[in-house]
Amino acid sequence: MKTVTVNIVTPDGPVYDSDVSMVIVKTTSGEMGILAGHIPMVAPLAVGAVKLKLADNKEEVVAVTGGFVEVRPDKISILAPAAEVADSIDLARAKEALARAEQRLAKKQADLDATRAELALQRAVNRIRVHEGNI
Amino acid sequence: MANLRDIEMRIVSTKKTSQITKAMQMVSASKLNRAEQNAKRFVPYMEKVQDVVGAIASGTKDSGHPMLTVRPVKKTAYLVIGSDRGLAGAYNSSVLRKVQATLNERHKSKDEYVILAVGRVVRDYFVKRDHNVIGEIVGLSDQPTFADIKEIARKAVGMFTDGTYDELYMYYNHFVSAIAQEVTKKKLLPLTDIAPAGTTASYEFEPSGEAILEVLLPQYAESLIYGALLDGKASEHAARMTAMKSATDNASELIDGLSLSYNRARQAAITQEITEIVGGAAALE
Repeated sequence: MKTVTVNIVTPDGPVYDSDVSMVIVKTTSGEMGILAGHIPMVAPLAVGAVKLKLADNKEEVVAVTGGFVEVRPDKISILAPAAEVADSIDLARAKEALARAEQRLAKKQADLDATRAELALQRAVNRIRVHEGNI
Repeated sequence: MANLRDIEMRIVSTKKTSQITKAMQMVSASKLNRAEQNAKRFVPYMEKVQDVVGAIASGTKDSGHPMLTVRPVKKTAYLVIGSDRGLAGAYNSSVLRKVQATLNERHKSKDEYVILAVGRVVRDYFVKRDHNVIGEIVGLSDQPTFADIKEIARKAVGMFTDGTYDELYMYYNHFVSAIAQEVTKKKLLPLTDIAPAGTTASYEFEPSGEAILEVLLPQYAESLIYGALLDGKASEHAARMTAMKSATDNASELIDGLSLSYNRARQAAITQEITEIVGGAAALE
């Protein structure tokens, strides 16, 4: 099967770089599977998981917090403010963040930025899910 | 001999000071190393973002996106990047001087601009002079991550979008080399000078070019701010390293001079003692 190079980069450095046979991303308008030889495309991503199907049918998962994907026939780049490979996710920290976000949402203070707490919640849930392979 | 003791004490204290400055120099050297690595790690991300932004912005002309639109300027914002601590030579003062000169030149009253301050020294400077400081980051780590500055970057971009100010400038020390840093001024918003991408692949946009700009431009502006911050951090460590190196050099020069006068004074004392003894012996004969 034809493979395509995938790069996942964040401002803090590259996170993932390898050849895969298929990439499944969650864009703001829905899930999308990309194979090698796709026409050039750009799409914004939602907070979610990027699934990478390797040539030997194994699958790897990377959690991303938004950003966008740039597709070229021979190369796919994913640029996200933050991204983590499933194995390297700090579960304890994610759970902490989840608890914090839930607390904030529950309190509903006047000066609270609800959308921000909501986003933090999404990111935390996403991390935990990706870590547990529950996507 | 009181004089001899005085000199000795000065030598000892200068030596101790030079030990400290020497240690600070070495700490800054290693931090500079890390900062340079961070800046290097950020390059692929920045290049990619710039590439895509250039490709899209040149493809979709006159998108009318608020971040690309030049508005009549009623209020200007200045994002000034400095350090939390001093002892870094002219690192902070050169940026502050430049900003102050610009403010004096371009504005008549303090209502015409607002300041976003990064670093305690910068914040204190503007607060003390009663400028309108609307955002600040202090206590930033030496190796900042993107998450550390996301807050202020988002705020800076958000306040431009909602019309709090109509343009945003960024002032920071650009890292040229370990011994040279240059105060740099960059117009951040509106994004007027986006370089068109070299590899103009015509992209398909999903769902649409406008929707992508919506996501992409804030991310682009935030990464420009982060890039400037990394650059500033590298400059800070370089400036501190150079300042501490010259302090150490000065101290050893001082010690050399003091040792010379110490030895002279000691020799003078010995000579005097011998003269006294000889004189005493001669008197007995």
